[in-house]
Amino acid sequence: MFTNVCFCLGLKMVQVAEGCPKHSVLICVLFISGKSKEAEIKRINKELANIRSKFKGDKALDGYSKKKYVCKLLFIFLLGHDIDFGHMEAVNLLSSNRYTEKQIGYLFISVLVNSNSELIRLINNAIKNDLASRNPTFMGLALHCIANVGSREMAEAFAGEIPKILVAGDTMDSVKQSAALCLLRLYRTSPDLVPMGDWTSRVVHLLNDQHLGVVTAATSLITTLAQKNPEEFKTSVSLAVSRLSRIVTSASTDLQDYTYYFVPAPWLSVKLLRLLQCYPPPEDPAVRGRLTECLETILNKAQEPPKSKKVQHSNAKNAVLFEAISLIIHHDSEPNLLVRACNQLGQFLQHRETNLRYLALESMCTLASSEFSHEAVKTHIETVINALKTERDVSVRQRAVDLLYAMCDRSNAQQIVAEMLNYLETADYSIREEIVLKVAILAEKYAVDYTWYVDTILNLIRIAGDYVSEEVWYRVIQIVINRDDVQGYAAKTVFEALQAPACHENLVKVGGYILGEFGNLIAGDPRSSPLIQFNLLHSKFHLCSVPTRALLLSTYIKFVNLFPEIKTTIQDVLRSDSQLKNADVELQQRAVEYLRLSTIASTDILATVLEEMPPFPERESSILAKLKKKKGPGTVTDLEEIKKERSSDMNGSAEPASVNASAVSTPSPSADLLGLGAAPVTNSAPPPSSSGSLLVDVFSDSASAVAPLAPGSDDNFASPDLASSEVVSEEPADTVHDADELFHKFVCKNNGVLFENQLLQIGLKSEFRQNLGRMFIFYGNKTSTQFLNFTPTVICSDDLQSSLNLQTKPVDPTVDGGAQVQQVVNIECVSDFMEAPILNIQFSPKQEVQNIFKAKHPMDAEITKAKIIGFGSALLEEVDPNPANFVGAGIIHTKTTQIGCLLRLEPNLQAQMYRLTLRTSKEAVSQRLCELLSEQF
Amino acid sequence: LPFRNFKIIYRRYAGLYFCICVDVTDNNLAYLEAIHNFVEVLNEYFHNVCELDLVFNFYKVYTVVDEMFLAGEIRETSQTKVLKQLLMLQSLE
Repeated sequence: MFTNVCFCLGLKMVQVAEGCPKHSVLICVLFISGKSKEAEIKRINKELANIRSKFKGDKALDGYSKKKYVCKLLFIFLLGHDIDFGHMEAVNLLSSNRYTEKQIGYLFISVLVNSNSELIRLINNAIKNDLASRNPTFMGLALHCIANVGSREMAEAFAGEIPKILVAGDTMDSVKQSAALCLLRLYRTSPDLVPMGDWTSRVVHLLNDQHLGVVTAATSLITTLAQKNPEEFKTSVSLAVSRLSRIVTSASTDLQDYTYYFVPAPWLSVKLLRLLQCYPPPEDPAVRGRLTECLETILNKAQEPPKSKKVQHSNAKNAVLFEAISLIIHHDSEPNLLVRACNQLGQFLQHRETNLRYLALESMCTLASSEFSHEAVKTHIETVINALKTERDVSVRQRAVDLLYAMCDRSNAQQIVAEMLNYLETADYSIREEIVLKVAILAEKYAVDYTWYVDTILNLIRIAGDYVSEEVWYRVIQIVINRDDVQGYAAKTVFEALQAPACHENLVKVGGYILGEFGNLIAGDPRSSPLIQFNLLHSKFHLCSVPTRALLLSTYIKFVNLFPEIKTTIQDVLRSDSQLKNADVELQQRAVEYLRLSTIASTDILATVLEEMPPFPERESSILAKLKKKKGPGTVTDLEEIKKERSSDMNGSAEPASVNASAVSTPSPSADLLGLGAAPVTNSAPPPSSSGSLLVDVFSDSASAVAPLAPGSDDNFASPDLASSEVVSEEPADTVHDADELFHKFVCKNNGVLFENQLLQIGLKSEFRQNLGRMFIFYGNKTSTQFLNFTPTVICSDDLQSSLNLQTKPVDPTVDGGAQVQQVVNIECVSDFMEAPILNIQFSPKQEVQNIFKAKHPMDAEITKAKIIGFGSALLEEVDPNPANFVGAGIIHTKTTQIGCLLRLEPNLQAQMYRLTLRTSKEAVSQRLCELLSEQF
Repeated sequence: LPFRNFKIIYRRYAGLYFCICVDVTDNNLAYLEAIHNFVEVLNEYFHNVCELDLVFNFYKVYTVVDEMFLAGEIRETSQTKVLKQLLMLQSLE
């Protein structure tokens, strides 16, 4: 959080402490060619001893020598040596009246923060005196010290004082600047301690200040405050717009000091534009017009010939331009500006400055997601592809891949996927896995023709097999199983791909699985007769790892069912010593069980047990989840969970029992009664972010449809007339698919996704027999946190109740992150009906609190363990994949209720930091425990 | 450029790297130029700055930094204003 000084061998990094997790930390790195290291250490130890004796000496030191020695200590510290004394002397210096002595004192304290409470009291006292001194220089020093340290103690002592200084009429400009930023720092570290009050409105008016330095500082402060309290700082919008417009229209000489290489006040402009990004486009048409004018002027200026050849000029100009573009993107309301922005970026794509190309690609990625400019971005596709091929800088190429991914849609998917595959062959190793995921997602998302999809994925495995993660090949199998139109093609293609003398293990896995399921579809061709298929797979067997072999064994037993004619060959293989006596337990068990199964079971039983896999419930692609994880700061454990969940899916094929269980009779095509549908009518407001309430309501309705003819009649043709008047009020961006469209899909099919947003996916699977139906509703939690109080209820209007009987089974009220729960609904259609029933789902995401803090004590694992146990929780060893982490669990008993608590403490030895996560069934409890424990380590 | 959850923007002046660590969403070019602005001030203040100036006058460097950046934000961008203030402080020594 607040990193002090890092250094490594020859190079010393003097980190000038602006430390704050949110923002800039300035570091100067100095290379010093020192003498030998030993000599240096010797010299320093001598000097330290000298200083120590001076400080301990009886003679009182005068201010000058005290300053000299403290300064020396500081220097030694900055060279990377520990300093454990001198704090007291430094504090003494604070009360000196000489500037230099005071300055060194403050510097020492800012750099070597010490948590000794007695010292802090003295320091705070000195700061208080200086703040009250009315000497601008001293006030400045004191404010800088607070801003640099920014500790909680300081916030407690000064959070009330600083706003007064900031808005006082007689405060000097330079002090105002410092006070504004000082307050900002305190607000970031301890927002609860900074009181909002009438000073806020006066701060907003600082935007009108004569002194641009004050405006610069105030803008930073207001931007941060406005992010948390948009209402209170609303008035800043019009002020910011008018200030901005005065800057952009000024001649380059007007602002004198603040003109930087002919660009008027570039940093202030950037900050103002950033402030405006906290708000939606201004409502007042006059303000809005003025802002649009500003943005246009900025875009126009980009076209003007440069006023200077210096790179500083163009950088400053483009900094403003890029910030203006992000504001345009943020507002996303002026198609005209969006397209102009896009064209401007297009020019930069071919600019000779690497930085500009990089930034242009980055901004374009966000532009691509706006509906107004998506088309405009697409016009640059050739340039981007070219960048991928010719760009020298790897980070720029990476951006190009991102942009291609962002601009992809149905019209250009084939081209983009082909280009990405091409690039993959030569891509840098570090980004290959990400490209693989992206290709897999795009191919699936925009596949019109699933044979193309299958080809693409097989190509992926061929080109970059090592980077194809399990998720990717699980997914291809899911898709093949769920879509019967590609099964034959897939079988044929993998069969051909397997012919290659050396093929990647992942290909063997996919091949084994698909042939095991659908090998029969190509067995008619003598070139791929059952025996040939089997021999082909078995020729790869010995080169594969254990999990793959296990999968192949399952394939073999499936072959026994598909092709009785090669049963004996397979039994021979299973019977061989290398299988039956395999050292690996899993393989041995499979071989034994499968052999027995094939020997004793009748064909009927075999056929049932080894039935084709039922379609997978549709849900969010696990690959997408993985990519999100890769991008976001996801934790390893989440990923593990997903993998686990996936592999349990796969086990379905390996465990005959579960195959049996799920081998439901497939719905006959001439369904007696058909149609059911559902459309999520979502009135759900996105969870209010400011208030702590996290209850999310997702209203959706699900429905059964009409059976116009009497039950029992054979020639039912139902044309479900589904409620078409639903209003989908949710933002399209929130739902992954258009909800209405999803609803109507169920007119003609029984399975699929009913609803999906960032939190939840609802899948449906249903069977109907005459007037009865059964519907399985799958609720998938897409987040990594638990849902609590998960209560889906199906509501029928009064009219509907008479014509439709619904019987729902209750669901477990907790849904783990990434997990899926199933709800069964039994349906009886009494008479025909029009309206669809409503599915109402309520849940509150699990209450989790996290805190990251600096270690206050030596990071000793044993002591930490003792503390966790002493806290009253059980310590769970070997639960966390990272052995360095501590995981604990416990229950808080109260008279009224019991509260389960889980905690995880993740130490980072290098940074001397901890991350503490608490999850309990009550948020207030999580919060409090987190506060309590954060002080302990 | 990217670094953990932040990104680092750097600029090289002879043997010296000046790095600044900012949020991923921050404006790259603006901070790149802020570094340059800072260096120009140093240059002016120390009259043709070199490494040794920075090493031996590290406490002055801190003052310059405090004048230009505070609480992780850009405080003052006007070179003349910063220099005026610095000279004022120097006269107090």
